[in-house]
Amino acid sequence: MNARADLEAAARRAVEAALAAGASDAEAYGEESTEREIRVYDGAVESLTDATSRGVGVRAFLDGRWGYAYGTDLGEDGLREVAAAAHAAAAVADPDPDAGLPDECGAAEIGSLRSPELDGWGTDRKVGLALAAERAARGHPEISQVEQVVYADTDGALALANSRGFAGSFESSAAWSYVSAFAGEGDDLMTGLGLGMGRGPEDLHPEAIGAEAAARASALMGARQPTSRRCPVVLDTLVAASFVGFIGGMLSADAVQRGRSLFAGREGDEIATAELRLADDATLPDGLASGPFDGEGSPRRRLKLIEDGRLLTFLFDSRTARKAGRETTASAERASYRSPPAVGTSNLVVEAGAAPLDELVRRAGDGLYVTDVAGLHSGVNPVSGTFSVGATGILIAGGELAEPVREITIASDLVSMLRSVEAVGSEARWVPFGGSVRAAPLLLGEMAVSGS
Amino acid sequence: MSLIDRELAGRAIERALRRGGDLAEVYVEERHGFGLTLDDRRVERPQSGSERGASIRVVTGESSFFGHVDGLGEDDLMRVADSVAQAAAGGDARVAALGSVARGSQHPVATPPGDVEAARKADVLRLCNETARAAGDEVAQVSAGYAETRQVIEVFNSDGVAAADDRTRVRLSVQVVARRDGVVETGSETRGGHAGFELIAERPEEVAESAARKALTMLDARGAPTGRMPVVVGNAFGGVLLHEAVGHGLEADAVQKRASVYAGRVGEQVAPDFVTAYDDGSRTGAWGSDGIDDEGTATQRTTIVEGGRLTSYLYDLIRARRDGTASTGNGRRESFRHIPWPRMTNTFFAPGDATPEDLIGGVERGLYAVSFGGGQVEPATGDFVFGVSEGYLIEGGKVTAPVRGATLIGNGLEALRAVDGIAGDLDIASGYCGKAGQRVPAGVGQPHVRLAALTVGGTEA
Repeated sequence: MNARADLEAAARRAVEAALAAGASDAEAYGEESTEREIRVYDGAVESLTDATSRGVGVRAFLDGRWGYAYGTDLGEDGLREVAAAAHAAAAVADPDPDAGLPDECGAAEIGSLRSPELDGWGTDRKVGLALAAERAARGHPEISQVEQVVYADTDGALALANSRGFAGSFESSAAWSYVSAFAGEGDDLMTGLGLGMGRGPEDLHPEAIGAEAAARASALMGARQPTSRRCPVVLDTLVAASFVGFIGGMLSADAVQRGRSLFAGREGDEIATAELRLADDATLPDGLASGPFDGEGSPRRRLKLIEDGRLLTFLFDSRTARKAGRETTASAERASYRSPPAVGTSNLVVEAGAAPLDELVRRAGDGLYVTDVAGLHSGVNPVSGTFSVGATGILIAGGELAEPVREITIASDLVSMLRSVEAVGSEARWVPFGGSVRAAPLLLGEMAVSGS
Repeated sequence: MSLIDRELAGRAIERALRRGGDLAEVYVEERHGFGLTLDDRRVERPQSGSERGASIRVVTGESSFFGHVDGLGEDDLMRVADSVAQAAAGGDARVAALGSVARGSQHPVATPPGDVEAARKADVLRLCNETARAAGDEVAQVSAGYAETRQVIEVFNSDGVAAADDRTRVRLSVQVVARRDGVVETGSETRGGHAGFELIAERPEEVAESAARKALTMLDARGAPTGRMPVVVGNAFGGVLLHEAVGHGLEADAVQKRASVYAGRVGEQVAPDFVTAYDDGSRTGAWGSDGIDDEGTATQRTTIVEGGRLTSYLYDLIRARRDGTASTGNGRRESFRHIPWPRMTNTFFAPGDATPEDLIGGVERGLYAVSFGGGQVEPATGDFVFGVSEGYLIEGGKVTAPVRGATLIGNGLEALRAVDGIAGDLDIASGYCGKAGQRVPAGVGQPHVRLAALTVGGTEA
């Protein structure tokens, strides 16, 4: 609590220092966190990291221009230096009539974002959790190697203050764990990933994480390259999350306004089937990107992006909103104090459907269940939306999972894909791919699958 | 002037080893960076940053204990030393005397970028914008970025290592979007090095010309062919294929965990006898070069493939000790906030005797893959997928039409065996490599290389 108050005070002082340096408006973002990462290998600790970080970033405005600077020294001199550097940087920029602080700032009422139990977990117990995940994966008869087992958590506070009188801060924590396991040997070796995430270690289930890695790897054993075909495709939750995360990025008003999104000019259009409902929601207590305000102090809210097949809105921060003559959607995101705010998604949420995965597989009839895609970010043209990505998975024959396949590519374009969503599965879960995404399996009508 | 006193480093090492340990290391860093972008005809997002911090690592048996802190004060260092010592136990390293460190740059920096006015850097971006827009009416959007960093590091360890490095890097990147009748293509180009502003000052508009040419050329692209065919991979950035499909599998951590298809294959013939490849962190001025690695080992040229035989893995201190060998100077980390891993520096095929025209001329029907949008590889199997961002059909020994949507699908070992020609036009491009959540500058490169057959996933039959 004290750290949080100190941080907010430092942010206020940094704002004052920037005004004193000559800025017409200023904003400061402070961050303090403690991080732990434990890697285990072969029943023992491979590495244990315990770290603290603290820093502040200042955005200084100067007659329509703005510059940014950051530093790790939160003392008076350090803050003054950062503020002066931000002011000096601003002079280099070209003026932007839409740049500026948000017209209205504030904080949404949301519950605690910090695990009540994290403090009670000693290092030994966290190591125990990681070892339990490793054992669960190793215990599977087909598993030849457990390559990586990671447990990590972070606990910290962040504060934001600006020259329009806004100041706010909050604490949050997060914990996650993942396991990468191998099944088979040599040329037939296949890998599987298991993961879990939550506010604290109490939300993680090591046996389930290890078992997921083992199940994914062993299901692919004996995978071969299939013949090319066009067929219905079921995307596993992790794969669906990657695609949804990518689509979320394309809904940024900044990408749209700069002509870098395939969704430019499509607001209000029918872009998907009615089955797919997508929202961005930074107010969910269990969403790791949640917070009471966004990266520039606008109060967070739930934002419907796709409903009834229509694209309802893009994601706006105050600058892109001003440019479009709109209101911000509180979508200014901060990666860390080392970079200025940028438009982005917070927690992307795909509304779960009614059908369990096996029903999606049954409905697919003869098709492909995709369990992993490679090279999504390099394989998609963001402007046209066409993509061709490498994949592994399991063929579907007569509504049942059949033989595993590898070295295939799936090709389509994102809009055709959104329009071919026939059903959303019921097994929704949080996935850290493509940001923070709550995803579910997707049944797609048809896609080009190329093999041999 | 050093960042910290060696006597203080010595005391921190002793403190960290208080409860035992085989090796203790203190790493301190000061970094200044500046960058700005141009987008939609406007120079924006100028930003500067300064960081000072330290990390301490204790290695005991197979375990590493690590902590870091922002700040270089004695209190900061001692607090981290205590927290690391508390976690570590066992082993009994003796602390060797630390020599004094001489800081210097091993790579020439004629014009320190920090001495150049920010306005001049903005002008470089404006020149790139104008050059790219002048390349054709179909250029719809231009973005450009300039970034510089100066990083000073010092490393001390209980084996007596006391080393320092002063690293300056600059990088210019341009991305061009071209549009015609609803068809949209992008082209990008970068220029970066372990060098001063002189690297950027020399005709920066060439970077923009190249990016614009790629985007405009691809407007004429047709669908990519599908199937197994010969592939000629372009020089410079084409080396991504070697980096991803071979290099990662040679990093000793993957090898030791049997998570690499190259494990146990040193000495084996993995490629035809005219194939040689290096990882070279000492190459003058190259993007992935340093004076020392982030554990204080001098960077070096490591031959990874010689005469087609696999000759070496890439080691940091810890993995080298496990294999009873010496570090190859590949212990790298993103910053003081990160633990070192074996990482590539500049990885490239050695030049051969052919010309690019020879290689292309020998192909009846195939793909010329000039640059990749990136790619992904599974090191355990060597399976890879690469998106081809600039590619052309080769028909009757000639480069004909540009193609879009091609991906290369294959396996690293299979691709190495399939090399059937190497040209002499070695060039190194600047990229970033991500691993274990850390991003480090990495040079990728090669001359033109031909693969006899590879699976191309395209959009046409």
